[in-house]
Order: sequence, then C-alpha cells, then structure tokens
Amino acid sequence: MPLYRDDAIVLRTHKLAEADRIVTMLTRTRGKVRAVGRGVRRTKSRFGARLEPGMRVDIQCYEGRNLDTVTQAETLDTWGDVIARDYTSWTAAHAVLETCDRLTEEHEPSVQQFHLLAGALASLAEGAHEPGLVLDAYLLRALAVAGWAPSFVDCARCGDPGPHRAFNIAAGGSVCRVCRPPGSAAPAPETLELLAALLTGDWAVADGSGLRYRREGSGLTAAFLQWHLERQLRSLSFVERA
Amino acid sequence: MYEGAVQDLIDELGRLPGVGPKSAQRIAFHLLQADSDDVDRLVTALTEVKARVRFCTVCGNVAEAELCRICADPRRDPSLICVVEEPKDVVAIERTREFKGRYHVLGGAISPMDGVGPNDLRIKELMTRLLGGTVEEVIIATDPNLEGEATAAYLSKYLRELHVRVTRLASGLPVGGDLEYADEVTLGRAFEGRRLIDA
Ligand SMILES: [Zn+2]
Ligand SMILES: [Zn+2]
Repeated sequence: MPLYRDDAIVLRTHKLAEADRIVTMLTRTRGKVRAVGRGVRRTKSRFGARLEPGMRVDIQCYEGRNLDTVTQAETLDTWGDVIARDYTSWTAAHAVLETCDRLTEEHEPSVQQFHLLAGALASLAEGAHEPGLVLDAYLLRALAVAGWAPSFVDCARCGDPGPHRAFNIAAGGSVCRVCRPPGSAAPAPETLELLAALLTGDWAVADGSGLRYRREGSGLTAAFLQWHLERQLRSLSFVERA
Repeated sequence: MYEGAVQDLIDELGRLPGVGPKSAQRIAFHLLQADSDDVDRLVTALTEVKARVRFCTVCGNVAEAELCRICADPRRDPSLICVVEEPKDVVAIERTREFKGRYHVLGGAISPMDGVGPNDLRIKELMTRLLGGTVEEVIIATDPNLEGEATAAYLSKYLRELHVRVTRLASGLPVGGDLEYADEVTLGRAFEGRRLIDA
C-alpha cells in the first residue's frame, strides 16, 4: 500500500471503536485527509497528544480504500496544547478549525488555507492579539481565499471607490448609494475600518480598535460566514468574546 | 440486508457506540445462535438497568436510589470534590483507593465543534454545591486530552471566583513505559507537575 508523508494540522477527531480515532487533518500538499489513528485513546499510545485538534505534525500514513492509517506522527508545533489552557483562545481556535474543515475538500490541495490556519493557530498560541480579533481576521481571510472576499471600502457591486456608508452581506460588503439594496445596514465607519484592517493584516489598527467596533465587526463577520456556509457553524456561538 | 427482525436487531446494535456495521452483524448472529436463557438474561439486564438505575441528584453518578452509594456514605469527606467527565471515571478513581472525598460527574467535556458548551454539562449543579460553603477543594480530573484540559481551564476560571482551592490531577508519564517513547506534550506536562522528593 502506498505510503505518504506530509506536514499536517489536525482539524478534528472522532472516536472510533474502542481506542481508535478518525483524525481529520489539513495537509500542506494533499489537502484535507482523513486517517485512522490506531490506539490513540490509550494512555500508553505512542501517538500521545500528537493527534489532537490544533497540533501540527509531520505525519506518515498509508493509503487505504476508504480511510488512510497513521503510521507515524512527530510534533512540529504544540499549538493545540498551549491554546487549550486558555478557554477564550480555545473557543476561538475551535471556530477556526471548524471553519477550515468546512472550507477545504479532501485531496484538494490548498496551500493558502494551510498557511492561514497555521498563522491563526500560532497567533492564538502566542497570545499576541485578542483571540476574537485573530478569529475574525482568520474568518475573513479564509473566506477571501475560498473566493468570497468581502469588500469594506469600495462598492462590492460596481467598484466605486469608497468608503461607503451602506453595507450589505448578500451584495458582498460595502455598497455605494446607487447599488445599495433596500434593507442594507449602516455600520460605524470605524467598524468597517477595523474589518478592512483584519482582512489585510494591519494589526496596528486592529489592536487599537474600540470594543464597540470589535463587537459590531464580529457580528458582521459571523453573518458573512453563515451566508456562505450551507450549515451553521456549531462552535461560533460558544466563542467567548471580550 | 436481511429479513425484518434480523435487520432491525443489526440496525439497533449498530447505533451503539463503538459498534460498526460488521460488529453489529456478528453480535446479531451470535445472539441468534445463543441459548434462549442467555438471551433472556441479557434482555432482563437491559430492562432492569433502565428501570432501576438513574443518576444521583447530587453528583450525577449512576445510582439505584436518590443518592449514589458515595454521596450516601457519611464517611466520605464532603470538603473534597473530584470532578470527572463520566461515571466510568468514578469507577477508575475508586479502584485506586486513594480518594476519600466525593465526586461530581459533568457528563462529558466542553467541545464547541461538537456543539457541546458549558451549559450542556452539569456545571451549574457543581456551582450550586459549592455555594453551601462545606467544599474546600475541587480536584479537576477531566480526561488528559485537549478537551479535558480546556474544560479544566474553564472550570478553574469560574471556580476561583467562588474562593475554593482548585487543583488539577497531575498528568504525567505512564508508569511502566519508557521515557523515550513519551510524546512532547506528556513529557512537558510531567515537568510542570514535578514534585519534591523527600530526602
Ligand atoms: Zn456601486
Ligand atoms: Zn452522588
């Protein structure tokens, strides 16, 4: 049976039989992969905590007909373990991992999604920014990579240079006076500025933003995400916000 | 697919945790060939467990009365509460004979991805027990995996506000194993939980 080796981040796990686990991972070169970790739930398992959500591992598997099987795993980054000690960061990490699971496909490589995920988890583990901001930055960028880039400055419909006052999720973000569909929202200009900063990675602006705008921004980001995902994201409602 | 009753049994068995379609089929045919007495005993055990066993109103452990055996025992120290995920963890800790306090069974661990939040566990019941003032220490013994760790982080964050001592079961190296085979996380935690050796 063919063996392969890859750089992988564990997205989630499911219990299987007595002591096994199905491990869903995003790999750097072969997209999402589902593999069985035999005996991982035993306390003496040689895999230990390596195959848990948020861990980055150098993985070796052999291909199976339905599921692959993990034969070796070496830890590259223990992000998941660090994050689990801080409840707020951990709830944000779950939303990141669940979103990634929903936006990626098995055997469809997406190196950009891999780097985004790695960056978000590393940032949560480091604790350099407020976890809610890291989450929203990740969600906006992951949606952009998936082809659903929101616009926070120019009109999402006609491209008319902004900033514009009106905002419409279904239309794709900021909309000009002409394009504005009825029922569009009018978020605070500071909120749109924050979201634009999160999308482009301008952390100086994001870190300096006010709590009120962060809250409004999270609401708009969540609405954007739900608009594009068919099913509700389970973890989003459990995220502890500042 | 099999005829009616056999397929119904396979379907029901297949809904049990850890039982795949192949195992379900194997168990079903084992039962078909078994003595009627053996099957009757199994049926009785299943009916009895649903009729007699319930959950302790205080700690959430399995019980055959209002209170479980441990909560009803006056010799158990009421100032110590050990928090675990499942009733089977109570059994595991009881086997050590190390712990003389009482338990609190959460009914799982927090897992946002699976839709399990703090309100889905018996956390409010735990808080209520602590308000009485008799509890001095809460020992968190959730599973030594990331969900268990995060649940412990959540509990310690909110329990500290109630001014009780919160401790976490040390997660260290498996006894009987070789150090070189321990993974980095286990080894790291073992370092954190190191203790002074009495000279
Ligand atoms: Zn326009
Ligand atoms: Zn009890």
